[in-house]
Amino acid sequence: MANRILLVEDEANILEAIGFILSRDGWDVRGHGKGETAIEEIDRVAPDVLVLDVMLPGRSGLDILRDVRARSETRDLPVLLLTAKGQARDREQAMSLGANAFLTKPFSNDELIATVRALANGHATGTAQPADTPRDDA
Amino acid sequence: MLSFDGLVAVCVLYVAGLFGVAFLAEKRAMEGKARWLNSPITYTLSLSIYTTAWTFYGAVGSAARSGLEFLTIYLGPTLIFIGWYWLLRKMVRIGRAQRITSIADMISSRYGKSGGLGALVTVLAVIGTTPYIALQLQSVTLSFSVFARPGALGAPDTEATAIWVAAGLALFTIVFGTRSLDVNERHPGLVSAIALEAIVKLCAILAVGIFVVWGVADGPGDIMRRIEESPLAASDWNGARWLGLTALSAFAILCLPRMFQVLVVENSDERHLATASWAFPLYLFLISLFVVPIAVVGLSLPEAGTNPDLFVLTVPLGLGREGLALLVFLGGFSAATSMVIVAALALSTMVSNHIIVPLWLRATRHEDPMSGDMRRVALSARRLSIGGILFLGLGYYRLSGGADALAEIGLIAFLGVSQVLPALLGGILWRGATRAGAAIGIGSGFAIWAWLLLIPNIAETGGLVPPVLDAGPFGIAWLSPATPLGLQATDPLLTAMMLSLGVNTLLFILGSLFSFPSPLERLQGAQFVNVYDHSRALLGWRGAAGTADDLLTMAQRILGAGRAGRLFQEAARRQGRDGDLPEPTPDFLERLERELAGSVGAATAHAMVAQITGGASVSVRDLLAVADETAQIMEYSSQLEAKSTELAQTAARLREANQKLTELSVQKDAFLSQISHELRTPMTSIRSFSEILMQSDPLDDAARARFSRIIHDESLRLTRLLDDLLDLSVLENGLVTLHEAPAQLGDVLDRAIYAAGALEEGGRIAIRRDRDAERIEIVTDADRLSQVFINLISNAQKYCDAEAPELRIEVARRGDTVEISFTDNGQGIPARQRALIFEKFARLDTAKGAPGAGLGLAISREIMARLGGSLVHEPGTRGTSFSVRLPARARRAA
Repeated sequence: MANRILLVEDEANILEAIGFILSRDGWDVRGHGKGETAIEEIDRVAPDVLVLDVMLPGRSGLDILRDVRARSETRDLPVLLLTAKGQARDREQAMSLGANAFLTKPFSNDELIATVRALANGHATGTAQPADTPRDDA
Repeated sequence: MLSFDGLVAVCVLYVAGLFGVAFLAEKRAMEGKARWLNSPITYTLSLSIYTTAWTFYGAVGSAARSGLEFLTIYLGPTLIFIGWYWLLRKMVRIGRAQRITSIADMISSRYGKSGGLGALVTVLAVIGTTPYIALQLQSVTLSFSVFARPGALGAPDTEATAIWVAAGLALFTIVFGTRSLDVNERHPGLVSAIALEAIVKLCAILAVGIFVVWGVADGPGDIMRRIEESPLAASDWNGARWLGLTALSAFAILCLPRMFQVLVVENSDERHLATASWAFPLYLFLISLFVVPIAVVGLSLPEAGTNPDLFVLTVPLGLGREGLALLVFLGGFSAATSMVIVAALALSTMVSNHIIVPLWLRATRHEDPMSGDMRRVALSARRLSIGGILFLGLGYYRLSGGADALAEIGLIAFLGVSQVLPALLGGILWRGATRAGAAIGIGSGFAIWAWLLLIPNIAETGGLVPPVLDAGPFGIAWLSPATPLGLQATDPLLTAMMLSLGVNTLLFILGSLFSFPSPLERLQGAQFVNVYDHSRALLGWRGAAGTADDLLTMAQRILGAGRAGRLFQEAARRQGRDGDLPEPTPDFLERLERELAGSVGAATAHAMVAQITGGASVSVRDLLAVADETAQIMEYSSQLEAKSTELAQTAARLREANQKLTELSVQKDAFLSQISHELRTPMTSIRSFSEILMQSDPLDDAARARFSRIIHDESLRLTRLLDDLLDLSVLENGLVTLHEAPAQLGDVLDRAIYAAGALEEGGRIAIRRDRDAERIEIVTDADRLSQVFINLISNAQKYCDAEAPELRIEVARRGDTVEISFTDNGQGIPARQRALIFEKFARLDTAKGAPGAGLGLAISREIMARLGGSLVHEPGTRGTSFSVRLPARARRAA
């Protein structure tokens, strides 16, 4: 099931970490660091799952999500939002904009993998942990 | 022959009858039904208290001794009532408009509510009236004794009689004079009793006269003949004395406290004066009609005894007409008692209002003169005063021992009270009259009168004439009452009258001209002199229906239609009247005033009710009271206003504070959110890579080393971030301790450039300096300043996007300031983002990816503020340029 994942994230180290984890899980991971060009990259890569950071330079992940849901070709694309802000209302906003899943940084690798898998299998999961409550069970 | 006890029984019955009449009248008046009480005839009859026992008995005596001179006593009032009717009307109008309670109140009111003047007039009145009361007691006891034992004068128990009479009169006056504090000071019961006494008096004297003319003599013709033959026809005609006495009695009727009481205070309808202006002179005419015949017959009748003052009684008694004599006795009794009652009432009002109550107010510092407490005190004061005044009269009578000199006191008393006249007339007619003028006028007249007449008379009465009276004080003859100003007075009364009233009037006028009236006096002066402009006539009960209507209209406005309607209906029902409008009886008015007072204040309520019912103008006193109330209300409302303004301000401040707090809270949230983000981002890498490293899956060494390196770097980043946060927190809270010391600017820069690693290989940026300019000694915290420099240099290293990055450090002195500018050759900061550069965590888009949490410039700016300088971005220059400014505590190094 070598599904393709597009990862939009501006922090190089995080991009590297997630890329490593998901690649090892068998995913075809593509990374992208800029918000402005994210939509073009999505069209170009045509991912099966989109992992999107909220705090992106140039254009926020929420704006990109709004576009993704507005465009017919990407309307049903499963989207996982990542945020470092970790406030409850960020999560609510993300879900209301049509995110399929939501993870607060830092997350455990297993959690990330499970979430991405669920999304790829067509499940909109709510596995994001409560705000500001780091999980130790990773 | 009537026994003494029988006589007493008749007296008691008569007095009981008077009580009954008074009580009935009072009751009717309360119910508002006593129309006859308010007839002009009753008013006229009540005026007859002018003719006291002194005139009742004494006129005949006077005629027997001095011929027609007694007529002057009647002539004066007659002239006043006929000729000076306008003056009486004005007095009545003023009395009503100003709610005057006595002659003392009249004077006091006119001259700016002067307490001193009121007290002076009161003292004058008491002194002038006390002997007069004694005279009445004397005449009553005398008539008692004559009646009980004809021919034997000076019966042994006359003193007991006098005491009983005085006590009875005090009781009557207290009962009907001080039942309540009527707003209008009217006493309908008392007035009706007095009117009845006036009738008895007149009937008695007329009966004796008719008896004398037709019973003893043979009709008018015979009487005329007898007069011609009697010594009366031969009596001297003293023009000056006639004129003087006529004037004196004219003055007296205006000034006597008891006359003022019936004339002004008890007046219920101004139009009654019109009737009285002819009816009262007629009364006087009738009462004096038979004086000469009685005197002539008395003189010729041996049975009539030797005292002409008692002819009225002794003539019928001597001729065996006991019934007639009894009637005469009752007439004399009536004359005496009515005078004493009204005088005691008038004086007690004055003593209470102008002496006792003011003293009590001063002693207790009482604040509200309208309070119930105050009313109780005023009533008690009056009752005590009545007792006191009668006691004084009795005492004076006992002291004088019924001496003949007492008879003289009548005219002397007239002159005493007449001292008020200049101030009274002046006050009514002349706006320029002042309190000072009135005070010295009355005072001087009073003093002269007392010295020339009163004291000698008292001395004579007491049978003791101290030599000082004959020789004059200090042996100065012209100060002696006997020879005032060296005049060998043939007639002490006339001399004293000319002197006292002359000096009084002169000083009154001069004093008024040379003193300035207070504003209140000026106002009162205008109110008195122009009273017709300010007031309506008092027209008795006739307008009762209209009055009630007006009252209802007013009450509705203040209390609301429902409450006013209920109040009036209930009152009407209680009065047993059909319809909704009650009679405006005193009871009802008091009730209404109380109700209104709850809404508008007592003074205002009183003024409004008085305006409608009494025809009173709103007096200055009322206005002041109303103004006080209004001021209190305004004070209260301004307090409320101030409070509500205060509250509004507090609310505004609270809103402001709340807004600030909200903003702060928003800022704090944003800050926390930022920190969260800044912390979580490195933590994410650290966690992910450490989990990868912990997993058992094999990793090649290169990857392991690389991941470890990332974890290490991110840890350092976290540490830096925490350091910066703490640093910023300390700086912002002002908790930082500065270690200021002299330092070379160049050295500080050297250290900063080294610490920023700009000199290392791959230092990425070239630094240009001007060593000469940097040779400045500064006094500062070199470490902190260095921290700022490091931040600026490393920012340039991070963000300068030029091909060959270059940083120019320039030093310049600008006045009191040393300015160190850091300018790179990059593209500079975009204009739209310049506002953000000093914000915490503000890493500009262009700087994304560079290390640092975005706290550097915020920290640097805080440091410069602590060092007394500043850090500013210089937008004008090419490239990015920051200026550090330091205060010129620095001095150029040698």
